[in-house]
Amino acid sequence: MNPVIDISELTKRYGGTTAVNGLTFTVHPGRVTGFLGPNGSGKSTTLRMILGLDRPTGGTVTVAGRPFRDRPRGLRHVGALLDAHDVHGGRSAEAHLWALARGNGIPRGRVGEVLREVGLADVARRRIGGFSLGMRQRLGIASALLGDPPVLLFDEPLNGLDPEGVKWVRDLFRRLAAEGRTVFVSSHLMSEMEHTADQLVVIGRGELLAAESLVDFSARGTRRHVAVTTPAATALRDLLTAEGATVHAEGERLTVTGLDAVRVSEIARLHALPVHELATRTASLEEAFMELTADRVQFSGGETR
Amino acid sequence: MTLAPAALPTAEASWPRARFTDLVAAEWIKHRSLRSTWIAYTAALLAVVGFNAGVAYDTYSHWRPEDRVPFARDGIALQEAFTPNAAMLMALALGAVGALVVVGEYATGTDRTTFAAVPARGSVMAAKAVVVALVTTVFGAVAAGASFAVTQGILELRDAGASPGDPGALRIVLASALLAPVCALTGLALGTLLRHTASTMVATVLVLLVLPLFLTDGRRWSAVAGHALPYRAWLRLADPSPGPVAFPWTTGGAWTVYAVWACAACAVAVAGVRARDR
Repeated sequence: MNPVIDISELTKRYGGTTAVNGLTFTVHPGRVTGFLGPNGSGKSTTLRMILGLDRPTGGTVTVAGRPFRDRPRGLRHVGALLDAHDVHGGRSAEAHLWALARGNGIPRGRVGEVLREVGLADVARRRIGGFSLGMRQRLGIASALLGDPPVLLFDEPLNGLDPEGVKWVRDLFRRLAAEGRTVFVSSHLMSEMEHTADQLVVIGRGELLAAESLVDFSARGTRRHVAVTTPAATALRDLLTAEGATVHAEGERLTVTGLDAVRVSEIARLHALPVHELATRTASLEEAFMELTADRVQFSGGETR
Repeated sequence: MTLAPAALPTAEASWPRARFTDLVAAEWIKHRSLRSTWIAYTAALLAVVGFNAGVAYDTYSHWRPEDRVPFARDGIALQEAFTPNAAMLMALALGAVGALVVVGEYATGTDRTTFAAVPARGSVMAAKAVVVALVTTVFGAVAAGASFAVTQGILELRDAGASPGDPGALRIVLASALLAPVCALTGLALGTLLRHTASTMVATVLVLLVLPLFLTDGRRWSAVAGHALPYRAWLRLADPSPGPVAFPWTTGGAWTVYAVWACAACAVAVAGVRARDR
């Protein structure tokens, strides 16, 4: 399958600051690709370059084989929600969408369709200035859907949405991908992507850290350990340490690395030690993400400078 | 509620061609869907016509029978059809309206939405220029026409009004009407270059109002530079019988100034968005 978004050695510098540095990856149709990175890692800059809003300092980016900026009209090729605030508060939702549609030769009926799709039909004639962030996100999604495009880009689309809205957006993304479209969604929270994306592109400080399936990503850097709760903590700890495990004890709880749950349970049974709880724990995706980006965080708290 | 099934891979050939008229229609939708647009036009119209009517009413109320001969000889009826103060006010208001068409997008971030939907940025700006030029020409025609009708109607009460057929009458109406699009396009161009609301407004006031006051007819370079400004071109066109001046110029020259400003403003707006980010 040919990639739809093809990014090669993409670099963007603003004065002395490098926002994106030699980024190379591809995004394929038929699945949801998550675009992850901490705040300020270059996600939005990359999305703007995909859309031709910012010119790369170096490298290339094409959508369906062509730089997006070479297209006279965009909405039927790529639908995008960059920032829900990129609208004029003085216009109604309907006028905003109708102007976008009209410029792209999209029939008027489509405006009502997308407004119903995102659940804003009742407020179509209200001024956008009075919309909540969640409503603006829905309006942004409506404008992305307007041209029924094969490629969709969303920058942090879940911000400001209530749990019902989050579920709706996830289902929508899955459906769009199932229809064969390319869906590329940025986020700075792994937990948002965990139930949405099939594929992940992770960046930090403008550089690529990982580009792989969610399954591969979750297998990466997961440090398994066995959690044991036992009234005979000291005895078991000594036995496990003798077997070569590293044990961290905290009251009745032991955290064991270097031995699997089966072996721990055998040793406990052999010495007739009571065990109340025994479980294998793997690091979450969030932890894997944190681990990967730990030294690439641009703005981190708790630091003295 | 589901979307229409997507035709994938997209059949580009079946899509309607990208037409410039669609962009003009889109910009017209944007322009008319802002309440502030109509408030600005209405306020400017009332102020301009009000200013002119006020001067005519002043003449009417202080009229003495011996005024009739100099009034007719100096063509004052036509001078009162559209006064310099009203022209300055209109230049400023319409410059601001033109600037806001583009600054309003940059200030709210709407420009990103616009340019992502239509990557052909130059075409977007050209469409904006077309809409601004057409709408403000209509505005100018209404303002100049209404001013002429109201002022001459008031003067006619003293039997001193001019009729549209009088020599020079059509020229002052036309020059006043067209001052509106020239100034609005200037504002549009400045907004494209500067992008920020405050600096654009300051620049618009400087170019349309302050410069014409500074560049006086005292020296040749200053006179020539002054003549190249829209407000001074209007002054030349609106004066039915200019007295002797140090550096005279023709009405043809003044019309040319109008045309050059309008075309240059469009060119700046179109070129100004091409090379820059977002």
